[in-house]
Amino acid sequence: MVFHSILFDRPEDAIAVETLQAPVFSVDLNLDQIIDAITAGREEYNLKPFFYSSLNDIEAIRYRHEVFRDLENAILFDQIKSFAHRTRAMREHLAQAEKLYYKYQKERWFVEAVEIYCDAVNCLMQDLSRADLKSRGFGRFRNHVATYAQSESFSSLLAETKQLLADLSTVHYSLLIKGGAVTVRKYDSESDYSVDVEQTFEKFKQGAVKDYRVKFSASPDMNHVEAAILELLAKLYPDIFLHLDEYCARHASYLSETIARFDREIQFYVAYLESLSLFKRAGLQFCYPEVSNTSKNVYNYEGFDLALADKLIREKSSVVCNDFFLKDKERIFVVTGPNQGGKTTFARAFGQLHFLASLGCPVPGKEAQLFLFDRLFTHFEKEEDIRNLRGKLEDDLVRIHDILTQATPKSIIIMNESFTATTLSDAIFLSTRTLDRIIQLDLLCVCVTFIDELASLGEKTVSVVAGVVPDNPAVRTYKIVRRPADGVAYARSLAEKYRLTYACLKERIQA
Amino acid sequence: MKAFLMYRDQDFDVQRKLPWHEQALTQDLELTTLIDAMARGDKFVWDVACKAVVLSLDDVDTILYRQDILKDCVKNAAIVRDLYAIAVEAIESERKVWSFLRDFPHGILQRSVEVLELFVERLKKLKAIADEHAQEFASAGFTALFAMLTAELEEEYFARVKNHLRELRFRGGALISAELGKGNKGTDYRLRKRPEKKQTWLERIFARKPPAYTYYIPDRDESGPRYLAELQDRGINLVANALAQSTAHILSFFTMLRTELAFYVGCVNLHEQLAQLGEPTCFPAPVAPGERRHSYRGLYDVCLALSMKQKVVGNDEDADRRDLVMITGANQGGKSTFLRGIGLAQLMMQCGMFAPAEAFCANICEGVFTHYKREEDTTMQSGKFDEELSRMSAIVEHIKPNAMLLFNESFAATNEREGSEIGRQIVSALLEKRIKVFYVTHLYELAHGFYDKKMENAVFLRAERQADGGRTFKLIEGEPLQTSYGEDLYKAIFGTDS
Repeated sequence: MVFHSILFDRPEDAIAVETLQAPVFSVDLNLDQIIDAITAGREEYNLKPFFYSSLNDIEAIRYRHEVFRDLENAILFDQIKSFAHRTRAMREHLAQAEKLYYKYQKERWFVEAVEIYCDAVNCLMQDLSRADLKSRGFGRFRNHVATYAQSESFSSLLAETKQLLADLSTVHYSLLIKGGAVTVRKYDSESDYSVDVEQTFEKFKQGAVKDYRVKFSASPDMNHVEAAILELLAKLYPDIFLHLDEYCARHASYLSETIARFDREIQFYVAYLESLSLFKRAGLQFCYPEVSNTSKNVYNYEGFDLALADKLIREKSSVVCNDFFLKDKERIFVVTGPNQGGKTTFARAFGQLHFLASLGCPVPGKEAQLFLFDRLFTHFEKEEDIRNLRGKLEDDLVRIHDILTQATPKSIIIMNESFTATTLSDAIFLSTRTLDRIIQLDLLCVCVTFIDELASLGEKTVSVVAGVVPDNPAVRTYKIVRRPADGVAYARSLAEKYRLTYACLKERIQA
Repeated sequence: MKAFLMYRDQDFDVQRKLPWHEQALTQDLELTTLIDAMARGDKFVWDVACKAVVLSLDDVDTILYRQDILKDCVKNAAIVRDLYAIAVEAIESERKVWSFLRDFPHGILQRSVEVLELFVERLKKLKAIADEHAQEFASAGFTALFAMLTAELEEEYFARVKNHLRELRFRGGALISAELGKGNKGTDYRLRKRPEKKQTWLERIFARKPPAYTYYIPDRDESGPRYLAELQDRGINLVANALAQSTAHILSFFTMLRTELAFYVGCVNLHEQLAQLGEPTCFPAPVAPGERRHSYRGLYDVCLALSMKQKVVGNDEDADRRDLVMITGANQGGKSTFLRGIGLAQLMMQCGMFAPAEAFCANICEGVFTHYKREEDTTMQSGKFDEELSRMSAIVEHIKPNAMLLFNESFAATNEREGSEIGRQIVSALLEKRIKVFYVTHLYELAHGFYDKKMENAVFLRAERQADGGRTFKLIEGEPLQTSYGEDLYKAIFGTDS
């Protein structure tokens, strides 16, 4: 098959319009942080559109899994990175040529850019020819590169470039600077004066002394005196400089479009894998999820919130992993438990896992089966916004209404502490209604709430609780476990700990 | 080129870290008085003398090497002071050459040329002294120094240097080679030697001239000359560095010469002052650290003599094969003076100097330490006894076998029984570790306790008290006595009638 793209199996899979607009849910799920971290330092590739666009086809996801698996080979990964290193250097050379003023200078930067490009292509061709490649993407690309590198046009470009640079390196000249004039001629093997001086004073050597060499600016710019000397050199070596002019005119569009696209797109994989190394070093695992667009049985073992894990690892704290599964008729996690106990983290991780899976990426955890959604919705608490002229509760309701009208049975909804801006009975009422709709739609949902009653609405809801250490309820385990909601028991033990029980308060409060 | 006047084969390192207890040593032995006398107002001599005295040698050979050089210096004091003056002059003249363009190779080069011209003058002077006076010196150190100056600084060499200094003013322009580097910018600029013109006028006419093109900076081009100068700077960068480093090397030769001579100038200064006071000096006989020798005649406290500006009482003793010298006796009977004299003589011997005595022989000590009673701690951080023990503990961290430790009234800040017991335990341990101990004390139990042991390696000295209560400031061997004649002192101050 003809190579088209390393990111997309079929041309029709490609993103129609690359968007720089992050999905609306990305802030709630902290995906914006994750994607920023992954793409940091790679702005030139403009990778964000790839990370913002979910795939909607199982086969397209498999295509990426294959490429990822090939790249897990450290040798291939390093080879791809050095290819990227070279093409980046090439672009810097071209940009430099663009910036400079004098002709022979611009031309030389251009030749050097082409040299780097040729080396990059050749190395890549050799590396791929020896690599054990299983993916369709790399397989097709290997054939493409081999054909290209052996083509007549490429090999003559390479030969001519090397010859021209070899010729330029033979230019060895001397300058006689006297008064306001400089005379340029070919170098005639006059001896090095500094060696002579060093020998004369050798006998006084007393161990290390200061280095008096002055550092000159390494700026690639030239002043007009240097440029004038270069012009005179062109007269001393007319053939070489004529060739230089003519070469640049002839090879202006040397860059292959397919190679350039590969160079950008492969960075999607490189960036993602590199960002995983931090987590892997901390002992966290990643896996290729089974992705289905029919079965709503989902599970994930030893998963975690990528954004939080990143922060914890940098602070040298440990990361708590969690397991979850929904099977048969189960669709909805109702998460209850103490504050700061990991409820929101669990909800976010659920959303992140599904989103990352939809990009065709490996996901946190030892093993996973996930659902390929059509839409992902989040309903998190929002700051009151003065512009929409609505109260907080009203705003909550408007947003949940929008979500429920757009959602299909293939969507995923993540709700975090909805309806807190009202009385408990209101909250119970509104939440129950909302969940009823969700149950009717039969979609996958995580609902973080303080309302225990929601945990037992029916066979589709599963109650999970953020755990605490039994003897010391102030200490969170950050484990989310399947258990009936038990907010009251927890509250009593906390009260004892802080001596706020009835008996304690009677003693403490003096008459 | 090296002076090598302090060691046979190495420089005297003024940067070497002083021992941690340098301050205590200076305070307890009143080293400042000694160093002041050596320096006679020369700050530089002061610094060097201080380091040389505190950084003791511990090998017999180097001590004797310095003693021989010092003997030459005492004999040829004027010539040695001349050599010292030349070194000072060279260093001072370098300091006066200023350059406002130290950030540019041409500035660096120009300054180096000027400095070298000054240095050449001083090197010639050194050479002249070497040629004239070498035979008046007998020590290995001076013989080697003069031989080196004669061999290295020949007329022909000075001519070669002069030639370089002329060339590097670039009267005929600078010839610089280069290649094309990245982006066709010139790189690897190097100053080249201009071919010498030995052709006849006829050869010059018929010689095939290689093609050459010249660019003239237009008259109204303001930045052009600067750019051209920068190109030249790139070319002469290496040679400017080579020349500047050479001046630095020659400067450090002069500095080392000055440093090492400064020590001997200081010794000669001290020698002259002691001679004026009529005090004897001798070149001591150092013995290897493992042996136990300490015998002397007429040993006096050099600092006391210097500050009293008169001859002071000396002591005689043969304490060979002894590890412990316990000193007791009358107040103001010369005990502290004696202890200081012991320490000073040891340090003077171990830096290669003469000793303040008619004769002095001792084994080398691997470190001289002092533990003196101190004034009350004003910082209120610890009690006096506490403070003493903590200082002792610090010494124990650093001390090793064959060192010498001078105690002066240590551990007396508590009652006698406790002080004695602590002193006893400490001293016994030190002796077993082969550390030589001099202990001045009023602690009768401590002193007499050791006396009762009848140890072969201990000697007991007493400040002498005549029958009339007068003091001779001499120490004599004798059993420690119960009282220290405080009564005498009391009487002396309050009068006999009171």
